[in-house]
Amino acid sequence: MVYTGKNAAAAEAPEEPRIGVFICHCGTNIAGSIDVPAVRDYAATIPHVVVAQNYAYMCSTPGQNMIKDAIAEHHLTGVVVAACTPRLHEPTFRTATANGGLNPFRFEMANIRDQGSWVHMHDWDGGTAKAKDAIRIAVAKATKLEDLYPMSVPVEHRALVVGAGIGGIQASMDLAAAGIETYLIEKQPTIGGRMSQLDKTFPTLDCSQCILSPKMAEAGRTPGIKLYTLAEIENVEGYIGNFDVTIRRHARGVLTPNEAAAKGIIGGGCTGCGDCSNVCPVVKPNEWEFNMAPRKAIYICHAQVVPLIYTIDFDACVKCGLCITACGTKKAIDLEMQDELFTIKVGTVILATGYEAFPIEQKKEWGYKLYDNVITSLEFERLICASGPTIGHLVRPSDGETPQSVGFVLCAGSRDNTGIGKPYCSRFCCMYSLKHAHQVIEKIPGCRAYIFYMDIRSFGKAYEEFYYRVQNEGAKFIRGRVAQIQELPNKNLIVVAEDTLLGNQVQIEVDLVVLAAAIQPTAETEIVRRQFGVSCSGDKWLLEAHPKLNPCGTTTAGVYLAGVCQGPKDIPDTVAQAEGAASAASIPIHSGHVELEPYYAQCMQNLCAGCGMCTRLCPYSALSMTVVDGRTVMEVTAAKCKGCGTCGGFCPGGAIKMQHFTSPQILAQIDAFFLGGEQ
Amino acid sequence: MTDEWKPKILGIICNWCSYAGADGAGSARTQYPPDVRIVRVMCTGRIDTLFVLKAFADGADGVLVSGCHFGDCHYLAGNFKAAKRMFLVKSILNNMGIEHRRFRMTFVSASEGAKWATVITDVINTIKEIGPSPIAEERKRRGL
Repeated sequence: MVYTGKNAAAAEAPEEPRIGVFICHCGTNIAGSIDVPAVRDYAATIPHVVVAQNYAYMCSTPGQNMIKDAIAEHHLTGVVVAACTPRLHEPTFRTATANGGLNPFRFEMANIRDQGSWVHMHDWDGGTAKAKDAIRIAVAKATKLEDLYPMSVPVEHRALVVGAGIGGIQASMDLAAAGIETYLIEKQPTIGGRMSQLDKTFPTLDCSQCILSPKMAEAGRTPGIKLYTLAEIENVEGYIGNFDVTIRRHARGVLTPNEAAAKGIIGGGCTGCGDCSNVCPVVKPNEWEFNMAPRKAIYICHAQVVPLIYTIDFDACVKCGLCITACGTKKAIDLEMQDELFTIKVGTVILATGYEAFPIEQKKEWGYKLYDNVITSLEFERLICASGPTIGHLVRPSDGETPQSVGFVLCAGSRDNTGIGKPYCSRFCCMYSLKHAHQVIEKIPGCRAYIFYMDIRSFGKAYEEFYYRVQNEGAKFIRGRVAQIQELPNKNLIVVAEDTLLGNQVQIEVDLVVLAAAIQPTAETEIVRRQFGVSCSGDKWLLEAHPKLNPCGTTTAGVYLAGVCQGPKDIPDTVAQAEGAASAASIPIHSGHVELEPYYAQCMQNLCAGCGMCTRLCPYSALSMTVVDGRTVMEVTAAKCKGCGTCGGFCPGGAIKMQHFTSPQILAQIDAFFLGGEQ
Repeated sequence: MTDEWKPKILGIICNWCSYAGADGAGSARTQYPPDVRIVRVMCTGRIDTLFVLKAFADGADGVLVSGCHFGDCHYLAGNFKAAKRMFLVKSILNNMGIEHRRFRMTFVSASEGAKWATVITDVINTIKEIGPSPIAEERKRRGL
């Protein structure tokens, strides 16, 4: 049957196709579940196939040489490799095809492993039949493939890092050190992220702020880093090499010295003196201290903020103007300041949007927010921290007394398949809870620490040794999940759990309970992810391009991941990934150009009726109407087109040609499946 | 005879979500029946209603279109645009006298390998329940 509908003229191939088929055994991955010789013999009978060969590992050098040699020997016009998935080895075989002297886009892959032998391991006949069909479908496409040439586009010599926790800071500093101007944007008034809220870090017991604040200060003063706090992404356009990112800077109400100078206020702008905050009459809970300390309506989160610029909470400000008077000649305060929108152009982007605590009050059996003396680990960090609301004196919230016994509940909401918590391991809770136990034993003589755990996962360098140390210091380990926490009239707590090692139930009275709450991506992660078109896994962590071989990349070219936004990880792993992401993000910038796959749309203007429907479908404004020889027709700006084909899927006249996914190619595949094959 | 009959089902799926999810099912060795053949496109937005209708005209017992979840499209909203079009397919199939359940659009993300196996199994079971395509039967009768 000959298809005579849309694009019939274009369906005529200019030359008689000569296709080579190469079938990979992938060791026994394919050959163990599929009859490869039978598939090869069948492939040789498919119309236009002039050579069909099989080999143990097509991706190996001898395998690739087979392709190269066959192209020359049989004058092939197209190459089909039946092996794993094009998402893995398409680049390999395209290179082999090019080495044989053919255009690399004359290559098509038949997926007979990931969607073949691996999913039909016990169905020899079914899997073999499917592989034959998959090859026939691929050959049909290969007969209609055309020479295509990647577009080379220049890459902007700037990068953007979203989120200024330790991951974002490290990535920005690396990029700036590599000579790349880097925008670092952060939604909070200060950089530093979660790490700046921590007291000590495991297993070395380094003071978190002591090792972080030098980096924060350096990030603030490095000329190559353009830092914007209180800023969020408004809109993203463009593609690798040329992202246009619109940023919203929320009104801070306070001018920096540079902004003041730009306004002609000599020697003005915020110096961080704090005179304004002293006179401000509005008192609010400080969110940064988990509402355990007060702040004013004009405030800084903590003493080591970067940039050291006060911020007005416009939701709380009564605009009394006392701060303006206190600020005096510095004239830093502008109570009428508005949000500011501006667009930056960057070549590559790193997302480092971090995490937040799972709302553990949803696990009602543990009584968080019901019982005064049940707190979360992050609250514990602030209470034990010398710069925290209690100057480092751990007290229990109900009466301000020093606790003499503390229960630590691990896997609070993690590894939880009840539907309320998170099924995954939050990864660093074991280690910080060990550290917490160490801290209470060290700081409060005679204080007992009970750790209720499922498994202690001390996976990192020197972590297991730290676990032994805390055991030797006298912490009590109870292996079992906490079923319930009850409050006594004196506000002490009874922790009810099963001790699975002793095989009995335990009830332990403690003064304070610390829940090692599960973590989840920040709410903003979901927004940013959609703006950049980055996928996420089922639990909403951002999805890396490959879990093992491309852990920093994403499926959106030019967008990379750093830190916990990709999945739970501790500080060393976050910093390592940030450095990896910075390295990956600098490669396109330093090479100066990237090659885009030539999957863009083309308008066959002789067929275009000029209805213009496609221009409204295009998400990238790549299509526009123009007049050619007196006729209104569509034209494509190839550099803007990302090749989704939504226009081509709709065009009522069949006038849009989606390169490498043309209608004749797809229809040939469909026909090959249903009309070809063994009867 | 019904034991012998193997349905011919076409899956047209997007590169970024469903194709990746199908690969994920493979990596995890999640087993499912082999009766669906795949054509890959970059986005479900690429899928012309005619592709689906051509498959049925060729005698397809079933067609599956699968893309990203709404809001997750690699190209922002191609799956929305495809979904609108696919409603049209259902209505055309009804008018053609082809059971509209032979056609299905699903949403499987790159991380949902297990869901992909469930979807495929369910599609195959549905088609087996409905039986061979009347067009395929007619083609066979006429010796086409």
